[in-house]
Amino acid sequence: MESSITNTSTRYGWAMIVLHWVIGIIFVGQFVLGFVMMRIESQRTAFELIQLHKSFGFLLLGLIILRIAWRLGNIVPALPSSVGGLERQAAPLAHFALYLFQIALPLSGWALVSVSTLEIPSMPFNLFVMPNLPLAVSDAAESFWTAAHWYLAYAGIALVVLHILAALRHHFWLRDSVLARMITPSSGRE
Amino acid sequence: MHARILGLAALAACLAVPAIAAVALSDAAGSYTISPAASNIRFTIGKAGGGGFDGAFARFKGSIRIDNGNVERSQVNLTIFPESVGTGQNRIDAFLRSDAVFDSTNSPEIQFRSTNVTRTGDTTALVTGRLTARGKTFPEKFTAELSSLKAGTIKFHVTGKVLRSRYGMDVGTPIYSNVVNFDMTLTGKRG
Repeated sequence: MESSITNTSTRYGWAMIVLHWVIGIIFVGQFVLGFVMMRIESQRTAFELIQLHKSFGFLLLGLIILRIAWRLGNIVPALPSSVGGLERQAAPLAHFALYLFQIALPLSGWALVSVSTLEIPSMPFNLFVMPNLPLAVSDAAESFWTAAHWYLAYAGIALVVLHILAALRHHFWLRDSVLARMITPSSGRE
Repeated sequence: MHARILGLAALAACLAVPAIAAVALSDAAGSYTISPAASNIRFTIGKAGGGGFDGAFARFKGSIRIDNGNVERSQVNLTIFPESVGTGQNRIDAFLRSDAVFDSTNSPEIQFRSTNVTRTGDTTALVTGRLTARGKTFPEKFTAELSSLKAGTIKFHVTGKVLRSRYGMDVGTPIYSNVVNFDMTLTGKRG
Protein backbone atom coordinates (compact mmCIF):
# COMPACT_ATOMS: atom_id res chain seq x y z
CA MET A 1 0.00 0.00 0.00
CA GLU A 2 1.24 3.46 -0.85
CA SER A 3 1.66 5.81 2.06
CA SER A 4 2.10 9.54 2.27
CA ILE A 5 4.80 11.30 4.32
CA THR A 6 2.57 14.35 4.84
CA ASN A 7 -0.79 14.63 6.55
CA THR A 8 -4.10 15.01 4.71
CA SER A 9 -7.28 16.67 5.98
CA THR A 10 -8.45 13.42 7.56
CA ARG A 11 -5.32 11.28 8.08
CA TYR A 12 -1.78 11.51 9.43
CA GLY A 13 1.20 10.95 7.11
CA TRP A 14 3.85 8.46 8.19
CA ALA A 15 6.35 11.12 9.32
CA MET A 16 3.93 12.36 12.00
CA ILE A 17 3.07 8.77 12.97
CA VAL A 18 6.73 7.71 13.32
CA LEU A 19 7.57 10.86 15.32
CA HIS A 20 4.53 10.30 17.57
CA TRP A 21 5.45 6.72 18.48
CA VAL A 22 9.20 7.22 18.73
CA ILE A 23 8.73 10.26 21.00
CA GLY A 24 5.99 8.47 22.95
CA ILE A 25 8.14 5.40 23.62
CA ILE A 26 11.20 7.46 24.60
CA PHE A 27 9.02 9.72 26.79
CA VAL A 28 7.60 6.76 28.75
CA GLY A 29 11.08 5.17 28.84
CA GLN A 30 12.45 8.40 30.34
CA PHE A 31 9.87 8.29 33.15
CA VAL A 32 10.90 4.72 33.99
CA LEU A 33 14.63 5.47 33.68
CA GLY A 34 14.22 8.61 35.79
CA PHE A 35 12.63 6.72 38.68
CA VAL A 36 15.04 3.76 38.50
CA MET A 37 18.20 5.90 38.38
CA MET A 38 17.17 7.83 41.49
CA ARG A 39 16.49 4.68 43.51
CA ILE A 40 19.18 2.26 42.43
CA GLU A 41 21.72 1.19 45.07
CA SER A 42 24.89 1.08 42.94
CA GLN A 43 26.33 4.58 42.54
CA ARG A 44 28.16 3.49 39.41
CA THR A 45 25.01 2.20 37.70
CA ALA A 46 23.12 5.29 38.88
CA PHE A 47 25.76 7.56 37.30
CA GLU A 48 25.59 5.67 34.02
CA LEU A 49 21.77 5.64 33.98
CA ILE A 50 21.68 9.39 34.68
CA GLN A 51 23.99 10.00 31.70
CA LEU A 52 21.72 7.79 29.56
CA HIS A 53 18.66 9.72 30.79
CA LYS A 54 20.40 12.97 29.77
CA SER A 55 21.28 11.51 26.35
CA PHE A 56 17.68 10.50 25.65
CA GLY A 57 16.50 13.87 26.99
CA PHE A 58 18.58 15.73 24.40
CA LEU A 59 17.42 13.32 21.69
CA LEU A 60 13.81 14.00 22.75
CA LEU A 61 14.34 17.73 22.61
CA GLY A 62 15.69 17.44 19.05
CA LEU A 63 12.85 15.17 17.97
CA ILE A 64 10.16 17.34 19.52
CA ILE A 65 11.48 20.46 17.80
CA LEU A 66 11.35 18.53 14.52
CA ARG A 67 7.85 17.33 15.38
CA ILE A 68 6.53 20.80 16.16
CA ALA A 69 8.09 22.19 12.96
CA TRP A 70 6.54 19.33 10.99
CA ARG A 71 3.16 19.88 12.60
CA LEU A 72 3.22 23.62 11.94
CA GLY A 73 4.08 22.97 8.29
CA ASN A 74 1.35 20.38 7.79
CA ILE A 75 -2.43 20.19 7.80
CA VAL A 76 -3.78 18.86 11.08
CA PRO A 77 -6.32 16.12 10.27
CA ALA A 78 -9.82 17.00 11.47
CA LEU A 79 -11.43 14.92 14.21
CA PRO A 80 -14.02 12.40 12.98
CA SER A 81 -17.52 13.89 12.88
CA SER A 82 -18.63 11.50 15.64
CA VAL A 83 -16.53 13.39 18.20
CA GLY A 84 -18.80 15.54 20.40
CA GLY A 85 -18.62 19.26 21.14
CA LEU A 86 -16.94 19.20 24.55
CA GLU A 87 -14.28 16.73 23.42
CA ARG A 88 -13.77 18.72 20.25
CA GLN A 89 -12.80 21.65 22.47
CA ALA A 90 -10.77 19.65 25.01
CA ALA A 91 -8.65 17.64 22.57
CA PRO A 92 -6.63 20.56 21.13
CA LEU A 93 -6.04 21.87 24.66
CA ALA A 94 -4.82 18.45 25.82
CA HIS A 95 -2.58 18.17 22.77
CA PHE A 96 -1.23 21.68 23.33
CA ALA A 97 -0.45 20.72 26.93
CA LEU A 98 1.28 17.55 25.73
CA TYR A 99 3.47 19.58 23.38
CA LEU A 100 4.23 22.04 26.16
CA PHE A 101 5.38 19.24 28.46
CA GLN A 102 7.47 17.62 25.75
CA ILE A 103 9.40 20.90 25.51
CA ALA A 104 9.37 21.82 29.19
CA LEU A 105 10.52 18.46 30.56
CA PRO A 106 13.79 18.14 28.60
CA LEU A 107 14.44 21.88 29.01
CA SER A 108 14.03 21.69 32.80
CA GLY A 109 16.41 18.71 32.83
CA TRP A 110 18.91 20.67 30.76
CA ALA A 111 18.57 23.60 33.18
CA LEU A 112 19.08 21.20 36.11
CA VAL A 113 22.38 19.80 34.77
CA SER A 114 23.47 23.31 33.81
CA VAL A 115 23.09 24.76 37.32
CA SER A 116 24.18 21.66 39.26
CA THR A 117 27.14 22.20 41.56
CA LEU A 118 28.37 18.75 40.48
CA GLU A 119 29.18 20.39 37.11
CA ILE A 120 29.05 17.10 35.21
CA PRO A 121 29.34 17.81 31.47
CA SER A 122 26.60 16.53 29.19
CA MET A 123 27.79 14.24 26.43
CA PRO A 124 24.79 12.79 24.59
CA PHE A 125 25.53 9.14 23.82
CA ASN A 126 29.24 9.96 24.33
CA LEU A 127 29.20 11.66 20.92
CA PHE A 128 29.81 15.33 21.64
CA VAL A 129 29.77 17.84 24.48
CA MET A 130 26.43 19.60 24.80
CA PRO A 131 27.01 23.08 26.24
CA ASN A 132 25.17 24.08 29.39
CA LEU A 133 22.36 26.64 29.37
CA PRO A 134 23.67 30.07 30.38
CA LEU A 135 22.45 29.84 33.98
CA ALA A 136 24.39 30.44 37.17
CA VAL A 137 25.60 27.36 39.07
CA SER A 138 24.38 27.24 42.67
CA ASP A 139 22.91 24.85 45.22
CA ALA A 140 19.71 26.90 45.35
CA ALA A 141 19.28 26.84 41.57
CA GLU A 142 19.96 23.09 41.54
CA SER A 143 17.26 22.50 44.19
CA PHE A 144 14.81 24.64 42.25
CA TRP A 145 15.33 22.89 38.90
CA THR A 146 15.38 19.45 40.54
CA ALA A 147 11.95 20.19 42.02
CA ALA A 148 10.71 21.69 38.75
CA HIS A 149 11.86 18.62 36.79
CA TRP A 150 10.12 16.29 39.26
CA TYR A 151 6.81 18.18 39.28
CA LEU A 152 6.82 18.47 35.50
CA ALA A 153 7.51 14.73 35.28
CA TYR A 154 4.57 13.88 37.58
CA ALA A 155 2.26 16.22 35.67
CA GLY A 156 3.59 14.79 32.41
CA ILE A 157 2.83 11.25 33.52
CA ALA A 158 -0.73 12.27 34.43
CA LEU A 159 -1.15 13.87 31.00
CA VAL A 160 0.24 10.84 29.16
CA VAL A 161 -2.07 8.51 31.12
CA LEU A 162 -5.02 10.75 30.21
CA HIS A 163 -3.91 10.72 26.56
CA ILE A 164 -3.62 6.89 26.48
CA LEU A 165 -7.01 6.44 28.19
CA ALA A 166 -8.61 8.86 25.71
CA ALA A 167 -7.08 6.95 22.77
CA LEU A 168 -8.33 3.63 24.15
CA ARG A 169 -11.77 5.12 24.73
CA HIS A 170 -11.93 6.25 21.10
CA HIS A 171 -10.91 2.84 19.87
CA PHE A 172 -12.84 0.46 22.10
CA TRP A 173 -15.80 2.51 23.29
CA LEU A 174 -16.53 5.08 20.61
CA ARG A 175 -15.10 2.76 17.91
CA ASP A 176 -13.94 5.68 15.78
CA SER A 177 -10.74 6.12 13.72
CA VAL A 178 -8.81 8.35 16.17
CA LEU A 179 -6.35 5.66 17.37
CA ALA A 180 -6.28 3.72 14.09
CA ARG A 181 -5.21 6.75 12.07
CA MET A 182 -2.18 7.19 14.36
CA ILE A 183 -1.15 3.64 13.39
CA THR A 184 -1.88 3.37 9.66
CA PRO A 185 -0.57 6.26 7.58
CA SER A 186 -2.53 8.13 5.00
CA SER A 187 -2.33 6.80 1.45
CA GLY A 188 -2.47 10.41 0.28
CA ARG A 189 -5.78 9.87 -1.54
CA GLU A 190 -8.23 10.48 1.30
CA MET B 1 84.57 -5.62 22.99
CA HIS B 2 81.05 -4.73 24.11
CA ALA B 3 82.08 -5.00 27.75
CA ARG B 4 84.93 -2.55 27.17
CA ILE B 5 82.69 -0.02 25.49
CA LEU B 6 80.18 -0.30 28.31
CA GLY B 7 82.98 0.07 30.84
CA LEU B 8 84.23 3.24 29.19
CA ALA B 9 80.71 4.60 28.97
CA ALA B 10 80.15 3.97 32.67
CA LEU B 11 83.42 5.70 33.54
CA ALA B 12 82.52 8.67 31.35
CA ALA B 13 79.09 8.86 33.01
CA CYS B 14 80.66 8.88 36.49
CA LEU B 15 83.04 11.67 35.53
CA ALA B 16 80.20 13.65 34.03
CA VAL B 17 78.18 13.72 37.29
CA PRO B 18 78.66 17.22 38.69
CA ALA B 19 80.41 17.50 42.00
CA ILE B 20 77.47 19.35 43.58
CA ALA B 21 75.11 16.49 42.85
CA ALA B 22 77.57 14.01 44.26
CA VAL B 23 77.76 15.98 47.50
CA ALA B 24 74.00 16.41 47.69
CA LEU B 25 73.56 12.73 47.08
CA SER B 26 75.81 11.53 49.87
CA ASP B 27 74.15 14.06 52.17
CA ALA B 28 70.78 12.73 51.18
CA ALA B 29 71.52 9.06 51.75
CA GLY B 30 69.45 7.50 54.48
CA SER B 31 65.94 6.51 55.46
CA TYR B 32 63.07 8.96 55.67
CA THR B 33 59.52 8.74 56.88
CA ILE B 34 57.02 10.71 54.85
CA SER B 35 55.44 13.43 56.95
CA PRO B 36 51.77 13.83 55.95
CA ALA B 37 51.64 17.25 57.58
CA ALA B 38 54.36 18.58 55.29
CA SER B 39 53.26 16.62 52.22
CA ASN B 40 50.29 16.56 49.90
CA ILE B 41 48.94 14.24 47.21
CA ARG B 42 46.79 16.03 44.68
CA PHE B 43 45.24 14.82 41.47
CA THR B 44 43.45 16.31 38.49
CA ILE B 45 41.15 14.63 35.98
CA GLY B 46 40.31 16.43 32.76
CA LYS B 47 36.68 16.93 31.73
CA ALA B 48 35.16 16.79 28.25
CA GLY B 49 34.75 20.32 26.96
CA GLY B 50 37.62 21.67 29.05
CA GLY B 51 38.49 22.10 32.67
CA GLY B 52 38.64 19.29 35.12
CA PHE B 53 38.24 18.45 38.71
CA ASP B 54 40.85 18.42 41.41
CA GLY B 55 41.10 16.33 44.49
CA ALA B 56 43.54 15.39 47.20
CA PHE B 57 44.13 12.59 49.66
CA ALA B 58 44.40 13.79 53.22
CA ARG B 59 45.73 10.58 54.76
CA PHE B 60 48.70 8.55 53.56
CA LYS B 61 51.95 7.15 54.89
CA GLY B 62 55.23 6.04 53.41
CA SER B 63 58.97 5.95 53.41
CA ILE B 64 61.86 6.98 51.21
CA ARG B 65 65.23 5.27 51.39
CA ILE B 66 68.12 6.76 49.46
CA ASP B 67 70.95 4.35 48.94
CA ASN B 68 74.34 5.60 49.95
CA GLY B 69 76.39 4.14 47.12
CA ASN B 70 73.86 3.72 44.35
CA VAL B 71 70.88 6.02 43.86
CA GLU B 72 69.31 3.46 41.60
CA ARG B 73 68.90 1.15 44.57
CA SER B 74 66.85 3.74 46.43
CA GLN B 75 63.30 2.88 47.37
CA VAL B 76 59.94 4.58 47.82
CA ASN B 77 56.88 3.09 49.46
CA LEU B 78 53.62 4.94 49.67
CA THR B 79 50.24 3.90 51.06
CA ILE B 80 47.23 6.12 50.41
CA PHE B 81 43.93 5.80 52.29
CA PRO B 82 41.28 6.58 49.64
CA GLU B 83 38.64 7.09 52.36
CA SER B 84 40.36 10.46 52.90
CA VAL B 85 39.72 11.73 49.37
CA GLY B 86 38.50 15.31 49.19
CA THR B 87 37.33 17.38 46.23
CA GLY B 88 35.50 20.18 48.00
CA GLN B 89 32.13 18.68 47.02
CA ASN B 90 30.64 16.15 49.48
CA ARG B 91 28.53 14.34 46.88
CA ILE B 92 31.57 13.76 44.68
CA ASP B 93 33.62 12.57 47.67
CA ALA B 94 30.92 10.06 48.59
CA PHE B 95 30.80 8.90 44.98
CA LEU B 96 34.59 8.45 44.86
CA ARG B 97 34.59 6.47 48.13
CA SER B 98 31.74 4.22 46.95
CA ASP B 99 32.12 1.03 44.96
CA ALA B 100 31.75 3.18 41.83
CA VAL B 101 35.38 4.24 42.23
CA PHE B 102 37.65 3.42 45.21
CA ASP B 103 35.35 1.03 47.11
CA SER B 104 37.26 2.21 50.17
CA THR B 105 35.31 -0.08 52.53
CA ASN B 106 36.60 -3.21 50.80
CA SER B 107 39.86 -1.76 49.48
CA PRO B 108 41.01 0.66 52.18
CA GLU B 109 44.55 1.09 50.83
CA ILE B 110 46.19 2.12 47.58
CA GLN B 111 49.83 1.06 47.59
CA PHE B 112 52.87 2.01 45.59
CA ARG B 113 56.10 0.03 45.92
CA SER B 114 59.02 1.23 43.83
CA THR B 115 60.96 -1.38 41.88
CA ASN B 116 63.51 0.84 40.19
CA VAL B 117 64.88 4.37 40.42
CA THR B 118 66.69 5.83 37.42
CA ARG B 119 68.46 9.16 37.63
CA THR B 120 67.50 11.47 34.81
CA GLY B 121 69.37 14.59 35.90
CA ASP B 122 71.16 16.26 38.77
CA THR B 123 68.05 16.46 40.87
CA THR B 124 65.58 14.32 38.96
CA ALA B 125 64.80 10.63 38.79
CA LEU B 126 62.28 8.32 37.21
CA VAL B 127 60.69 6.07 39.79
CA THR B 128 59.05 2.92 38.49
CA GLY B 129 57.08 0.63 40.69
CA ARG B 130 53.96 -1.39 41.25
CA LEU B 131 50.71 0.34 42.03
CA THR B 132 47.97 -1.70 43.69
CA ALA B 133 44.40 -0.44 43.91
CA ARG B 134 41.18 -2.42 44.26
CA GLY B 135 43.14 -5.67 44.11
CA LYS B 136 44.76 -4.88 40.78
CA THR B 137 48.49 -4.28 40.35
CA PHE B 138 50.19 -2.60 37.41
CA PRO B 139 53.59 -1.05 36.77
CA GLU B 140 53.52 2.76 36.91
CA LYS B 141 56.16 5.43 36.67
CA PHE B 142 56.54 8.80 38.35
CA THR B 143 58.97 11.64 37.91
CA ALA B 144 60.60 12.83 41.12
CA GLU B 145 62.44 16.08 41.49
CA LEU B 146 64.43 16.95 44.57
CA SER B 147 63.10 20.31 45.78
CA SER B 148 65.07 20.76 48.95
CA LEU B 149 67.36 18.97 51.33
CA LYS B 150 68.27 20.36 54.70
CA ALA B 151 68.70 19.29 58.29
CA GLY B 152 67.42 15.75 57.87
CA THR B 153 64.42 16.81 55.78
CA ILE B 154 64.13 15.88 52.12
CA LYS B 155 61.45 17.20 49.84
CA PHE B 156 60.42 15.84 46.46
CA HIS B 157 57.98 17.06 43.85
CA VAL B 158 56.49 13.97 42.23
CA THR B 159 54.31 13.89 39.13
CA GLY B 160 52.87 11.09 37.05
CA LYS B 161 49.93 9.91 35.01
CA VAL B 162 47.86 6.84 35.86
CA LEU B 163 45.15 5.23 33.74
CA ARG B 164 42.26 4.63 36.12
CA SER B 165 40.51 2.11 33.84
CA ARG B 166 43.14 -0.51 34.69
CA TYR B 167 42.09 -0.45 38.31
CA GLY B 168 38.38 -0.91 37.66
CA MET B 169 37.72 2.82 38.10
CA ASP B 170 36.73 3.71 34.55
CA VAL B 171 33.32 5.09 35.54
CA GLY B 172 32.45 8.31 33.77
CA THR B 173 34.80 7.93 30.79
CA PRO B 174 34.83 9.59 28.32
CA ILE B 175 33.08 12.51 30.07
CA TYR B 176 35.95 12.41 32.53
CA SER B 177 39.38 11.51 31.21
CA ASN B 178 40.84 8.09 31.87
CA VAL B 179 44.11 9.83 32.76
CA VAL B 180 44.63 10.85 36.38
CA ASN B 181 47.38 13.45 36.74
CA PHE B 182 49.13 13.14 40.08
CA ASP B 183 51.01 16.03 41.61
CA MET B 184 52.56 15.35 44.97
CA THR B 185 54.87 17.04 47.38
CA LEU B 186 56.47 14.40 49.56
CA THR B 187 58.47 15.54 52.52
CA GLY B 188 60.57 12.94 54.32
CA LYS B 189 62.00 13.31 57.79
CA ARG B 190 65.10 11.33 58.58
CA GLY B 191 64.63 8.36 60.89
